[in-house]
Amino acid sequence: MATIIVPENVSIHEDAENLQKACKGWGTDEKAIINILGHRNAIQRKQIRQTYEELYQEDLIKRLESELSGDLEKAVYRWILDPVDRDAVLANVAIKKAETEFPVIIELSCIYSPEELLAVRRAYQSRYKRSLEEDVAAHTTGDLRKFLVGLVTTYRYDGPEINERLAKSEADILHEAIKDKIFNHEEVIRILTTRSKAQLKASFNRYRDEHGTSITKKLLKDESNVLQKALHAAIRCIDDPKKYYEKVLRNAIKRSGTDEDALTRVIVTRAEKDLKDLKELYYERNSVALDDAVSKETTGDYKKFLLTLLGKED
Amino acid sequence: MTFWVYINVAWQRWSPSNSLPNSKRPRPTPKPTQRMAHPDELETLTKAFSGHGIHEQALISILGKWQPEEKKSFRKGNPNLFIEDERNFERWDDQHVRLLKHEFMRFKNAVVLWTMHPWERDARLVKEALKKGPQSYGILIEISCTRSADELLGTRRAYHSLFDHSIEEDVAYHVNVSERKLFVALVSAYRYEGSKVKEDIAKSEAMTLSNAIKEADNRKPIEDDEVIRILSTRSKPHLQAIYKHYNEISGKNIDEELDIDLRLKETVQCLCIPQKYFSKVLDTALTKDTDKNIKKALTRVIVTRADTDMREIKQEYNNQFGVPLSKKIEDTTNGNYKDFLLTLIARGG
Repeated sequence: MATIIVPENVSIHEDAENLQKACKGWGTDEKAIINILGHRNAIQRKQIRQTYEELYQEDLIKRLESELSGDLEKAVYRWILDPVDRDAVLANVAIKKAETEFPVIIELSCIYSPEELLAVRRAYQSRYKRSLEEDVAAHTTGDLRKFLVGLVTTYRYDGPEINERLAKSEADILHEAIKDKIFNHEEVIRILTTRSKAQLKASFNRYRDEHGTSITKKLLKDESNVLQKALHAAIRCIDDPKKYYEKVLRNAIKRSGTDEDALTRVIVTRAEKDLKDLKELYYERNSVALDDAVSKETTGDYKKFLLTLLGKED
Repeated sequence: MTFWVYINVAWQRWSPSNSLPNSKRPRPTPKPTQRMAHPDELETLTKAFSGHGIHEQALISILGKWQPEEKKSFRKGNPNLFIEDERNFERWDDQHVRLLKHEFMRFKNAVVLWTMHPWERDARLVKEALKKGPQSYGILIEISCTRSADELLGTRRAYHSLFDHSIEEDVAYHVNVSERKLFVALVSAYRYEGSKVKEDIAKSEAMTLSNAIKEADNRKPIEDDEVIRILSTRSKPHLQAIYKHYNEISGKNIDEELDIDLRLKETVQCLCIPQKYFSKVLDTALTKDTDKNIKKALTRVIVTRADTDMREIKQEYNNQFGVPLSKKIEDTTNGNYKDFLLTLIARGG
């Protein structure tokens, strides 16, 4: 469930005017910006941008970019983009530092439905005049490239049909590969980058039944290998996306020094989807409310913005 | 009159020359009183049964009229269709009857394929190619490389509906490891379709391909990561720029240097010079007496390109082979099948 709170009566026109007021003059009224944008859904935000452009012959996004700075600016920029555009931007940023930021690509390609991923690929082409896979391939090498390109280009069958025999044989293949630490095994990559999610989940379940432990736990042993990390992330994203996101949040906040980029990414991209469920899960696993954790580890207007997206009532 | 016909027929049956092998037997000269098949009719009917498709009209107008004696002379005069049985009758060659079944179905298959939604068509062609095995994998390349990004996407959707699997899943599962990487990458591509090309990158990638080809003895180009990356992710305009730069660098066209790997050659041709590729496929398919899988290419190419680039393909065909495609089809195919093909290639001018 979504967490953002959108008021009943919204006047797009007033919003555009108020945003202009907030940006006018010397200083910027960040609170007003957060108050408006933090309480509008994607359709409304798009209408506000259009109306703002009509009224003031200026791109609201560019204006905000110049008025805001730091983590708040990054967060608001991502928030105000169309969701698919946003994902394209996040992907592009991650691609440039693929060796460390590849989880973003994996999230995109493994958590999103086939149609959602396709929409992002289109948005990426529209924005960058190149295909997503072109850029992923050009910025990675070797096994990581094979895996990531496979993930972003697949258009998985999204139905429920599964083949039990295949689930068993492929669970065995995965088991052998993990046991022998041959992570770049062609078969592992084939299975993870082409099978449907239903089929993969069946394989993962089969794995658990046969070997008593989940496949993700088995992969945790040795995290030095980049491909192994990537495989691990992909399997977790496919198997249980909410658990995956909860961990990202936990790591982002817990680390010595908060990882604002990761925090922003999860909150901004999930606020209109399932952030509520993530909050519940977070509380279950950490005995601390996500709101409180965010409150403790972030400051200023950036904090205010995140809390607004998390559904904090004023 | 009847008595003399009887005598003649009896003579035919018992005369010594009938015990001679076919090759030594004197050819009967047609007489109005003898129901011998006219040589012209024999020839027409033989042609009606060979080549691509069946000449339905000839079968109806000639065969339908023939008396038993004429049919017999037809059987005797066609040792490739009929075997002389030891018990003194001419037997249809089984193999040929099976082939004939395909020829009769050629028109029907063309019609069914033509009426099908392009997505279902391509999805079924892929499935069939995977079932037939490695010698048919050229079709995988043809479909993944000559269709537009959205056409290929549609095909992938249709494949989900028809077979409950994704194309890439099945290709990955069936194709052996060496070619798998390229094929999966090709069927998964969703290429940028704008015209923007970075010439310096195209130039350097042409160099990369050239090096990979030079190193072919050490490492198969089809397994080379860079070759796969370039061919499966770059846009078509970009690849065409690479094709041009390659020629400038090495004096030859890339596809001409890829005889070492037929599938790579086809990939490059389909991506960069599709009309040349299709023109060649058509010509091979239009050869008399080829393998039945090769013959099917005729229907496939014409049905799938009739509304896309058939005009350019016809031009290319004429340039390459010095004869209009329509003439070649006229000479090689029969009946309704022929008429259907000619109608299709005439669409769009």
